[in-house]
Amino acid sequence: MTAYLWLIPILPLAGFLINGLAGLWLVRASGTRPSRGWVYSVGCGSVFLSFLLSLLCFAELLQMPPQQRQVEQKLFQWIPGNVIRTVSGESAVFEIDWGLLLDPLSAVMILFVTGIGFLIHVYSIGYMWEEEGFYRFFAYLNLILFMMLRLVLADNYLVLFVGWEGVGLCSYLLIGYYTHKKSAGDAAKKAFVVNRIGDFGFIIGIFWLFSHFGTLNFRELFHRIEILVPQPELVWGVLSWAGLLLFIGAIGKSAQIPLYVWLPDAMEGPTPVSALIHAATMVTAGVYVVARSAAIYSRAPDVLLLVATVGIATAVLAATIGLLQSDIKRVLAYSTVSQLGYMFTAMGVGAFVAGIFHVFTHAFFKALLFLGSGSVIHAMHHEQDMFKMGGLRKYLPITWATMGIGTIAIAGIPPLAGFFSKDEILWKTFESGHLLIWLVGVIVAGLTACYMFRLMFLTFHGEERMSSETAHHLHESPRSMTIPLVILAAGSALAGFLGLPIWTGLPNLFEGFLEPSFETAYHGEHAAHHSWSLEVGLAILSVAVAAAGLYLAYHFFLRKTERAAALQQRFAGLHRLVYNKYFVDEAYDALFVNRTKGLGNVLSWFDEKVVDGLVNGSAAATRITAWISGQADLQIVDRMVNLVAEITNFFSAVFRKLQTGLVPRYALSFVIGIVLIITAYLYMGA
Amino acid sequence: MEAILFYLLAAVLITFAVLTVTASNPVRSAIYLISALLSVAGLFFLLQAEFVGAVQILVYVGGIMVLFLFVILLVDVGEFGTQRKTSRQWRAGIIVGVALAIQFGVLLVRGAGFFAVPAREAGLETARSLNTESVGQLLYNEYLLPFEIASVLLLVAMVGAVVLAKKEL
Amino acid sequence: MIETSHYLVLSAIVFTIGVIGVLTRRNIIIIFMSIELMLNAVSLNLVALSQTLQNLQGQVFSVFVITVAAAEAAVGLGIIISLFRNRETVNVDEVDLMKW
Repeated sequence: MTAYLWLIPILPLAGFLINGLAGLWLVRASGTRPSRGWVYSVGCGSVFLSFLLSLLCFAELLQMPPQQRQVEQKLFQWIPGNVIRTVSGESAVFEIDWGLLLDPLSAVMILFVTGIGFLIHVYSIGYMWEEEGFYRFFAYLNLILFMMLRLVLADNYLVLFVGWEGVGLCSYLLIGYYTHKKSAGDAAKKAFVVNRIGDFGFIIGIFWLFSHFGTLNFRELFHRIEILVPQPELVWGVLSWAGLLLFIGAIGKSAQIPLYVWLPDAMEGPTPVSALIHAATMVTAGVYVVARSAAIYSRAPDVLLLVATVGIATAVLAATIGLLQSDIKRVLAYSTVSQLGYMFTAMGVGAFVAGIFHVFTHAFFKALLFLGSGSVIHAMHHEQDMFKMGGLRKYLPITWATMGIGTIAIAGIPPLAGFFSKDEILWKTFESGHLLIWLVGVIVAGLTACYMFRLMFLTFHGEERMSSETAHHLHESPRSMTIPLVILAAGSALAGFLGLPIWTGLPNLFEGFLEPSFETAYHGEHAAHHSWSLEVGLAILSVAVAAAGLYLAYHFFLRKTERAAALQQRFAGLHRLVYNKYFVDEAYDALFVNRTKGLGNVLSWFDEKVVDGLVNGSAAATRITAWISGQADLQIVDRMVNLVAEITNFFSAVFRKLQTGLVPRYALSFVIGIVLIITAYLYMGA
Repeated sequence: MEAILFYLLAAVLITFAVLTVTASNPVRSAIYLISALLSVAGLFFLLQAEFVGAVQILVYVGGIMVLFLFVILLVDVGEFGTQRKTSRQWRAGIIVGVALAIQFGVLLVRGAGFFAVPAREAGLETARSLNTESVGQLLYNEYLLPFEIASVLLLVAMVGAVVLAKKEL
Repeated sequence: MIETSHYLVLSAIVFTIGVIGVLTRRNIIIIFMSIELMLNAVSLNLVALSQTLQNLQGQVFSVFVITVAAAEAAVGLGIIISLFRNRETVNVDEVDLMKW
């Protein structure tokens, strides 16, 4: 089955092409939309097949011995070899193959990308049923899956970058899906531009890696790094730069400080898009890259510290903002940013497996939460303000139940998935000695529980704040939407058992499976093993913090809601600061955006006045030249022609007089001619 | 002897030529021309070209001039004294004529050395055969084709003259 | 001693007289007669040179000249008659229908 590895990304691509081109042709040619049945069959079917294929490849991988779980497949040569000199002076061949790499890390990624992607596709059938551009949506969904799969299955950095850019493009297309809304278009542009800033760093990183190591293929590159840099760098060196540059790309793609600003705005897109892009696929790409480059990062401790710091800072910042948002999707967006911070924190302390585990579990419950919120929004006729909801529990029971499970999971309450993955990260952080980061992480766990339960209480419990008319139309979502919710809820509940911590005595299947992917990373001396009891104690601590968060949410947003208002009054200034997202967007606008716009205006002025002026000037010059040559033609040439005619006229008038019609005159001229000839003859000296 | 004949005939010729050109009456002009032609014939005889001289008299005088006289008869032009006899361009004509004469003079002066051979002295050999016989020999042997063509020409001329002079074609 | 040049001079004089006659006179018949004068001058020239060069070709040529003169006279006079019938005049000045 692994021979068909290449089909995994190609199937969604085929879906995109079929839906996209057939739809376009139909609309252009006959003005009708393609049949929705066909569209979602192709769209969902291609992803489902991809998922099945991923399962089969995964199964095949399991049958191999752990150390040999690597399947490489090269499809064709993309860039033929060009000999380039590396920094060290040796010549390297810049040759890139369009290849695929299936190892435990990419296997995990494709499983949840295709699996959760499929569930989201099914959900979209119901959610987007009314939409005009139904086929377009599914086409774009397929495209982003293709790009994401291309990214995670890449066997070298450049092909990975192709997928990287591709998901960025698709996020633009999907966020800006509602073409009639200006805010959607703005958000799409913002996402793309901010992403681009990260991409710049990323591509410099690729150049850096190639020029120092002569190859971009993962296997070859990491092997070379193992040989050339056996110990971690003590000062900021080559690998640190590489790590930093790649991390800049990850910051952009995975919404860390300072490039996170696009993700909340990206909620303008349809909810399935938010679920797919911001839960399961695109934002995890940055985490994936850092994990894949473990060989680099594990040998650059300075960069690792930076990664962890940025991660935890992002986590706490986003959690505080999410606490005060009123839009249900915004809360989830900031929650995503915060959880991504957790994942980077994990990477930053060297716990690559734990980070990927959190990616895995987070995909389940974040997708569940987004889809659930979509169900709510759908029922509320696109009302997204939580303060206009309330008491929806009795109208949307399935949604309430599944979202409840998702909330418990994300809050880190055992035995649901979030507890295991989050706890693993916190434990590894503590174990590696980053105590301050650990402490902040615990606080963030509390904040997470708080804002998530706040969301639940405001939306599903308490008094009903919506208008009675809206209340009349409330009904549970169709099965195409609720079934994926249920499946995801099950996943959120059970996925955690794949990665059980040591103190339970049960094997950590996840870690065991993933470990070989990180063998090229530097494994330093293991920190002193703390006792299991400490780990259990810390786990209990994090659960307690989560429970505290739950209680706080309960207290302020369910029991005595007036207390929340009172608190808001007391800390009005602080409230305003946090509510306005610390004015980061405004700062960016003033510092960067407006200046860039100003530059754009200057350049536009230049283009209009100078360049266009030159072009128009040359047109004017041409006109003048044409006029001159026209005049020349008219005055000179025509006059010369007329002159010739005049001369002819003149001489003909003269010569006409020879034809007198008088015969004696003819005889005279005849004899005169003879006389002249004889004269000529005489003078020629004959 | 010969010189006297020459100068006499030359004087006659020139006189009558001038008279031909200046007479007002065409009939008189024709008579003067006949006289001039006869003097030319005389000069031919003097040059020992008897055949040509005879032909001159017979054909030219006897034929052509008679034809002339007949036509003058047919063309009934009455008033000679009242009409002007010279055309409007007579001055230009005289000038051109004189110019031509001058040019002839120049030519003759230039070629004077070539033509200084006496006319008669060199003719001892041909005196043996008769002129007519010799010319005849030449005409029928070497110049047979021109001879025949000349006869055709005369035929054509005759037919043409008849056609032209008819009252109705 | 009569040299050839005497004959040539004579011929030139007669020729010139003929030319003047052609250019000067109004009556077409007299013009024609002047032309005959010219032809005779040429014949005289030919025969004189034939005598000088002891070549009978000149005389043969002269015979042809006379022959052609005859033919030409016949046709020319026919034209004159025809002209007279149409125009009632034998003055060349008055034959000017083609005048511009």
